[in-house]
Amino acid sequence: MHFDFTEEQTMIRDTLARLVREEYTFETRHKVIESDSGWRPEFWAQLAELGILSAPFSEEDGGFGGGPVETLVIMEELGKGLVVEPFIPSVVCAGGILKHGGSQVQKDEHLAAIIDGSRVFAFAHAEPRGRYDMAFLETRAKADGDGYVLNGHKAVVIGAPWASHLIVTARTSGEVVDHDGVSVFIVSKDAEGISTRDYATVDGRRASEVYFENVKVGGDALVGEEGGSLGLVMQVADEAIAALCAEACGAMQVANAMTIDYTKQRKQFGVPIAKFQVLQHRMADMFMEYEQSVSMSYLITLKLGEPAAERAKYASMAKARIGQAGRFIGQNAVQTFGGIGVTDEVAISHYFKRLTMIDSEFGDAGHHLKRHVALSRKAA
Amino acid sequence: MNLEFTPEENAFRDEVRAFIEENYPTDLPKRGLADDMSREQFLKWHKILGKKGWSTPAWPEEYGGTGWTPTQRYIWQEENARVNAVMPLPFGVGMVGPVIYTFGNEEQKAKHLPGIRSGEIWWCQGYSEPGAGSDLASLKTTAVRDGDDYILNGQKTWTTLAQHADWGFFLCRTDPTAERPQQGISFILVDMKTPGIEVRPIKLIDGGYEVNEVWLTDVRVPAENLIGEENKGWTYAKFLLAHERSGIAGVARSKRALENLREIADAEMMDGAPLSEDFDFARKLSQLEIDLAALEITELRTLAGEQAGKGPGPESSILKVKGTEIQQRLTELTVEAVGTYGLPDFRSFEDNLANDNAPGPDYATHAAPHYFNFRKASIYGGSNEIQRNIITKMVLGL
Repeated sequence: MHFDFTEEQTMIRDTLARLVREEYTFETRHKVIESDSGWRPEFWAQLAELGILSAPFSEEDGGFGGGPVETLVIMEELGKGLVVEPFIPSVVCAGGILKHGGSQVQKDEHLAAIIDGSRVFAFAHAEPRGRYDMAFLETRAKADGDGYVLNGHKAVVIGAPWASHLIVTARTSGEVVDHDGVSVFIVSKDAEGISTRDYATVDGRRASEVYFENVKVGGDALVGEEGGSLGLVMQVADEAIAALCAEACGAMQVANAMTIDYTKQRKQFGVPIAKFQVLQHRMADMFMEYEQSVSMSYLITLKLGEPAAERAKYASMAKARIGQAGRFIGQNAVQTFGGIGVTDEVAISHYFKRLTMIDSEFGDAGHHLKRHVALSRKAA
Repeated sequence: MNLEFTPEENAFRDEVRAFIEENYPTDLPKRGLADDMSREQFLKWHKILGKKGWSTPAWPEEYGGTGWTPTQRYIWQEENARVNAVMPLPFGVGMVGPVIYTFGNEEQKAKHLPGIRSGEIWWCQGYSEPGAGSDLASLKTTAVRDGDDYILNGQKTWTTLAQHADWGFFLCRTDPTAERPQQGISFILVDMKTPGIEVRPIKLIDGGYEVNEVWLTDVRVPAENLIGEENKGWTYAKFLLAHERSGIAGVARSKRALENLREIADAEMMDGAPLSEDFDFARKLSQLEIDLAALEITELRTLAGEQAGKGPGPESSILKVKGTEIQQRLTELTVEAVGTYGLPDFRSFEDNLANDNAPGPDYATHAAPHYFNFRKASIYGGSNEIQRNIITKMVLGL
């Protein structure tokens, strides 16, 4: 039992930290998220060049030979800089689906392109009425000759405006919430019948509503077994949860440091407000919330290899706890900054927004507490 | 980074588990309040461990430590919690012992350490005073040098289980003129049978006698009982408090308590179904389990740091704050779980210390007294507010 990082992991951290520090200042980020495209393909290319996009894949799959801990290291650093580029959608989610479920042919074509950055994927799993239920699928894929025809509407697909390809979950059989009948498809975003409505998210990223109208895909678009992919989707969702938890920790660390720093500068009643015990204790609480979050982030990262029920339980524990901590830290950071904290011009408000929205991705604290209750009962 | 125990650590777990199964005295109460137990009951497991050489695992090996790694000590705590073991009390093993082997002279080590290891000598802690709680350095008990002795006068309070104590370690003011209050304090060992010491029990919120006032009137103590240098006692006192904090998370014990609580929630009925199936209650249990998991990993991170040679730093304040919060929530939820049968005062039953006479289920008997009693946890050992001050100063650098 130890919590040390390997030399390679530390190298990844240092490399990425430098890149984010140099290429992702608050001012640069501000310009990027206000720009038309909302991201920087050239930054993505740099990530590819530095091996960041390949880090969590085995050497066999064309990667660096890493795994969940490498993803943790990367996400902490991306979280510190509020990086908007789609590491979770493309590398963790699409990469995860292909890594665990893809055929050799699919890996050769798509995984290699994810790793070299030439293809960017988004993960179209959520639906307007489905909330956080991965099995809630009104999107249908009907067998059609050798292939399938997709119809449906996918909600808030993060990174879709930047994507060339989509991983799409769709129902090949059964009723809307059935666990059987869930299938996964690789779909080129320019396929005929796909239309999107693109928009910005409140935390500085871009997303789309994606509509499928008689979209024809070949049989080779199916990943894994027809109708039997809920397990695969849940596994990748838990991996995305682990990545989000690490990202949250990175963001919390910076938010806390900024808050402490601000209280040393800001004077009221003739003294720096850091002298006030009521604020000191609040910041001590923020520190403790951060440390507990780091612990939960480590826990889920190290438990991703457990059997599904165990893994899900740990994922829920971590996501719930970090959702609560992110809320606490974000709200109290803004409160400590005072009026300036609720303006767009200071970084802290952007950290607050990202920490808040992390809770709303792949299930919030309430959702995961409920899932933990259900999983605890099954175990008993 | 990994959470696996090594084969050696697993073998160690098997070894200590087997030893506990074979040697733990099964006639000891499984749980209970402090005055449920006699002095002999408190010391029974301690004495067995003393003979085995396992009563002071964290001590340096030259003073009788086991040489276990922090991880092995963690496993040891876990295995003892499995049987709800009545562990050696902290006052000797965790507090004065480390002060003596770190700052004491050879005579003091030879005289006192063996009795702490064996469990023959019971120690109590003379720190707090009626006017010196969180502001401990404002303490007023005096020690005045008189030839080869010190003469002690003053009043200590909240002295846990002093009614059984053979010896006490006292913080006394030896230089009332020092510039800062911290500078004039000395750390003195006192034989509790010395004339002039009076131990008066304090009845606590749960009706039990766990703490005392200790009155000192012209108590003559040999000067050789001074630890380290005169007026340097505050340094030793702070060292001791840091030691006290590192074990205070109580993760293993809280895990066991959570299992107990889940069993109670299975047994209690609500609207015709087990309480554990009530979503509102189940959610509270889940939240506790989650917070406990976070605390456990935080403790393991601290242990791993220790193993790598980093001493438990001010971060251990987190363990104190979060650990005691969880202990308190466990007692609070237990009161909620037992419902109306939390009301009967077990001290009023005939033969009041036996559970057999409880009007309700056995598990309900101590629920409320425990809850009331455990409000102490966020107050003792440096209150949780003081812990936040420590974090502010030592970690956040404010």
